Amino acid sequence: MSGGALREPWHSLRRQREAASFGMWLFLASEALLFGGLILAFIATRWFHPAAFAAAGREADIVYGTANTLLLLTSSLTMAVGAQAARAELPRLAGRALGLTLALGLAFLCLKGLEWRADLAKGLWPGPGFALEQPAARIAFAFYWLLTGLHGLHLLGGLSAIAWLAGQAVLGRRPWRSPAFEAAALYWHLIDVVWMFLYPLLYLDGRAA
Amino acid sequence: MSELAAGRVRPAEGPAEPWPDNYLTAEQGLGSWLLTTDHKRIALLYMATLLAFFVIGGFGAVMIRLELFTPEQDLMTADAYNRMFTLHGTVMVWFFLVPSIPNTLGNFLLPLMIGARDLAFPRVNLLSWYLFVGAGLLLVVALVAGGVDTGWTFYTPFSTMFSNGYVLLAALAVILAGFSSIATGLNFIATVHLLRAPGMHWFRLPLLVWALYGTSVVMVLATPVLAASLLLIVAERAFGLPVFDPAQGGDPLLFQHLFWFYSHPAVYIMILPSFGVISEIVTCFARRRIFGYTFMVYAILWIAVVGFLVWGHHMFVSGQSLFTSLVFSFLSFVIAVPSAIKVFNWTFTLYRGQITFEAPMLYALGFIGLFTLGGLTGLFLAAIPIDVHVTDTYFVVAHFHFIMVGGAVTALYGGLSFWWPKITGRLYPEGWARFAAILMFFGFAFTFFPMFVMGFAGMPRRYAAYPPEFQIWHVMSSCGAVLLAAAYLLPMAYLTFSLFRGARATDDPWDATGLEWRTASPPPRGNFGVLPVVAEGPYLYHPEAEGPHHSEREPHQNQGGNL
Amino acid sequence: MSGIAFWPPAASEVAAGVDAIVIAMLAISGAIVLLVAALLLGFAIRYRRGSAARRGELPELIQKEVEVGWTAATAFLAMFLFAWASIAVLGGQRGDPDALEIHILARQWMWKARHPDGAREIDALHLPRGEPVRLVMRSEDVIHSFYVPSFRLKQDVLPGRMTQLSLKPTQTGEFPLFCAEYCGTLHSRMLGKVVVMEPEDYARWRAAQPQADDLAREGRALFESVGCSGCHAPASRVHAPELRGLYGRQVALADGSVRRADEAYLRDSILQPRRDIAAGYEPVMPPFAGILGEGELQAILAYLMSMPARGASPGEPRNMSSEP
Ligand code: HEA
Ligand code: HEA
Ligand code: HEC
Ligand code: CUA
Ligand SMILES: [Cu+2]
Repeated sequence: MSGGALREPWHSLRRQREAASFGMWLFLASEALLFGGLILAFIATRWFHPAAFAAAGREADIVYGTANTLLLLTSSLTMAVGAQAARAELPRLAGRALGLTLALGLAFLCLKGLEWRADLAKGLWPGPGFALEQPAARIAFAFYWLLTGLHGLHLLGGLSAIAWLAGQAVLGRRPWRSPAFEAAALYWHLIDVVWMFLYPLLYLDGRAA
Repeated sequence: MSELAAGRVRPAEGPAEPWPDNYLTAEQGLGSWLLTTDHKRIALLYMATLLAFFVIGGFGAVMIRLELFTPEQDLMTADAYNRMFTLHGTVMVWFFLVPSIPNTLGNFLLPLMIGARDLAFPRVNLLSWYLFVGAGLLLVVALVAGGVDTGWTFYTPFSTMFSNGYVLLAALAVILAGFSSIATGLNFIATVHLLRAPGMHWFRLPLLVWALYGTSVVMVLATPVLAASLLLIVAERAFGLPVFDPAQGGDPLLFQHLFWFYSHPAVYIMILPSFGVISEIVTCFARRRIFGYTFMVYAILWIAVVGFLVWGHHMFVSGQSLFTSLVFSFLSFVIAVPSAIKVFNWTFTLYRGQITFEAPMLYALGFIGLFTLGGLTGLFLAAIPIDVHVTDTYFVVAHFHFIMVGGAVTALYGGLSFWWPKITGRLYPEGWARFAAILMFFGFAFTFFPMFVMGFAGMPRRYAAYPPEFQIWHVMSSCGAVLLAAAYLLPMAYLTFSLFRGARATDDPWDATGLEWRTASPPPRGNFGVLPVVAEGPYLYHPEAEGPHHSEREPHQNQGGNL
Repeated sequence: MSGIAFWPPAASEVAAGVDAIVIAMLAISGAIVLLVAALLLGFAIRYRRGSAARRGELPELIQKEVEVGWTAATAFLAMFLFAWASIAVLGGQRGDPDALEIHILARQWMWKARHPDGAREIDALHLPRGEPVRLVMRSEDVIHSFYVPSFRLKQDVLPGRMTQLSLKPTQTGEFPLFCAEYCGTLHSRMLGKVVVMEPEDYARWRAAQPQADDLAREGRALFESVGCSGCHAPASRVHAPELRGLYGRQVALADGSVRRADEAYLRDSILQPRRDIAAGYEPVMPPFAGILGEGELQAILAYLMSMPARGASPGEPRNMSSEP
């Protein structure tokens, strides 16, 4: 972890930067299939029980869901600014943008926590005392907990990575030009995109009519 | 020793000749191994770990074969037997065969073969080994704590609601191992894309590199779906989130779809690397350019892509619709074509060659035969009316062991003997190696061929006790397994022996082409003194074994002896 | 059955067809294996190092032609095999509406069979030779698989869903029945036998079975005791659909679609009534999933399916079999 951003086995920073983003894209493809598999399972099950899933969708808390969507979208913007600023070696701007991203991400998690608490209070955990009576609504909520939980974990991972990278950069242990910032930004956008799929599936279902 | 063999040994310059500086001696101490980012050392770490898992999985196989020696269930309880084949299947698939060639030979050779100093992300490479070890420990904990009894397929609702084994731990272990293979896969892809030596364009890549590339793509795209399906099981077992519970309207078949969406591509993860290994060996010992290089490349890609579309052939009797079954049956026949291309191309590579029969070549020839048999029986299974009869019988067991054991494991042994001099700088006793190769072929056939017969006669799989009329076949199979075990242990013995007493190998003991042979044996830490520049396609062998060595030839010079 | 198992007897209508395909595939793959082996060994011997065989490059063009040639040939062969095998299954698909319908209930680790007039057996199944049979199968717990090698037939048996197997035994005798899907501890003990008898013998056998309570009759009792009749009886104050004659009819649903009231529909309507609401009714029926056991459910279904359409004498169950 020397001052230079260049590492083995690379000969040029340009190539190394290319590799970081290429590697991250591959990882994102893999992540996309992880969520894709789960979302597909969700859609397949929903296809058999549309009414129960719609009922479940109506129970999900749309206020929290929408607020969180806005938070996450904004954070993607600040993250993009942060990564570009880091690359252009504008430490002040980069630091602020990354800080804002962290704050927005944390806000998302807090809201999510509150929402989960409200859900539990409403008896939406598919165990004994579950609030909805259609059996398949339990499955819908099983997916709800699993998908939002997994998404939350990814978000937490993203936050830690950004915090760590930014911390290192601020302390001068990592050059702002390090390709890691762009990679982190890509990952953050993925988290955002995944949420863009989860939001309509989990919150908007059953609300149209 | 023939004059050919004599050429492999580095002339002894005296008993105390020092090793040139190489990756094994560059740094000393345990720490230098556990924190290494050298792909060659990580390959060795993997090798040691995989050996341990092969022994565990082999122990499972031995117990299975012992129990099945007699029709009664006498050696262990029914539960113990179920745990045994689950252990055997999970360990062999995820902790041995999936990572076998990619993470040992692949990790070692990929950068060498494309002229790079290391993989694209050396630290990710080390991380993947740690993930793998962590996963392995988790699995061992699950096994020691009491084992798992779901079969390697984890079918719901048995695994979610009825099994009383340590399904949760095992599923987590497999998920973790999956992330390790994703890490390896994306590392390989990035390396092949970004670190090829100057002049090494795509259609000059050796076929092993292509095969690893195809494998990696499948790993990166299929493994997460396995993680997803196992996560659903974890959610149901650990948190009571019902997804597959039929009483709530959940669909147990959903799990099978998700599982096979990964696990069918996974069988190509297990076989594609061996295709690469065999291509390298056959060309070298036939001293012939590979027949139909571009077709071989496209066949690999074809298999990698279509492999994603055939998962439903595991579910012909599950209750899926006939139309669905027909589509999957069709695609399964389609995927046989690229495999056929490979078999025929290897065969025709021999045509007009200068063939010698060193141990790696014997392994390769055995591979082609056994893979052909295994693949053709795959066609029986792809035909719906036949599969309805033989699915979940020993016919299927025989099919996949022919490909995975007769095929992939044989290729692993072949590859190990081929590159052993490069990896260790030592030569092993050739005579023993040839004997082991031949023993492996016959031991294998003896073990698994009877399974086709009893499978067709109706012997169901995963049975601890069975009707006595099947006994004769089981006895044959168990006896064969003894030979097979000997054939597997023998190389472990002589390879270990060679580490201490083997003759010192030259840089290119087989007179092979390929960049990995153009550096020292064993290679230095940075792989190459001066990074190579490539000016010719792969496999430029001389049919007449005349003319200058490939490394001394002018670029683009033709193969010698053009008649 | 003893001695060595080699080629199981072909005791069902499809068995001979399957065997024919197997033999053809054996011949074709045998030929391919011989070809590959002959080429491998032939080349290996002829072109061993130092032999006097002629060597040298092949023109690029020939390589390509050979390559395209065998690609096309295998593709053709593969398609031919696929087509043949598929035609065989498509031919075998025709279910016979008058088939003798036998219900199979699988559970860890036994097979229960119920014949049309209520005769029951465990781990055994008696069948008449030469008559079409339809097995309607369910599982109470995990997935099992009904497998009779001599019939060359196998079908998974799932919980929460029914699967069917149509067959026609062609040979009398006793044939082993296996559970082929791994289902837990005693999977390898989940065995049974299928006894194929001449139709007269079968009829005699069935008549001689201890007169088990007729299933539909049992279902009728349950219909009362579980509380269905509280809503569905004609006199009830709850506005609920009339169930007599429902089986087999087209039903208009609240979401505008129309479905045939087959057995699966009845089953869903009882276990999860909210899934398909009948048009014109309030969704007040409670779900019975988890309340009714699989056996009870089968009895109720048998009762519902036995009720004749309006006009016939109410409530008197009719036999559902094709048997006289
Ligand atoms: C490395 C592993 C591997 C590989 C490569 C394959 C390759 C193939 N497999 Fe196999 N398979 C497994 C591992 C593998 N399989 C496992 C583990 C299972 C069981 C899982 C379980 O249930 O536990 C299984 C089960 C399985 C089934 C389901 C059986 C069942 O449970 O009912 C089917 C059905 O279609 C099938 C088909 C095929 C086919 C068509 C190929 C093809 O890719 C084969 C292609 C090769 C050839 C055809 C040979 C070479 C060709 C020629 C010499 C030319 C002649 C060719 C023609 C005329 C076309 N396999
Ligand atoms: C992927 C790799 C792989 C490999 C290499 C093997 C190797 C072997 N397998 Fe297995 N097998 C599977 C994958 C594999 N298998 C899978 C996926 C299943 C399905 C599981 C399920 O149904 O869920 C299965 C199932 C399976 C069954 C069916 C069990 C059943 O359905 O009831 C049988 C039965 O004979 C069997 C036998 C063997 C044998 C004899 C070997 C031999 O080749 C092994 C020979 C090797 C050794 C013997 C090791 C060498 C010895 C040592 C390293 C020393 C250690 C030895 C002692 C301590 C004594 N295997
Ligand atoms: C509380 C009243 C009530 C009880 C008790 C009840 N049902 Fe119903 N049932 C209804 C109503 C109302 C409908 C129509 C709405 C619907 O389709 O869900 C209905 C619909 C049905 C249908 C579908 C009929 C159609 O035309 O689509 C079936 C079959 C059925 N019930 C069977 C049963 C059985 C069997 C039981 C007892 C195990 C039972 N019901 C108990 C009220 C009841
Ligand atoms: Cu029931 Cu296996
Ligand atoms: Cu498959």
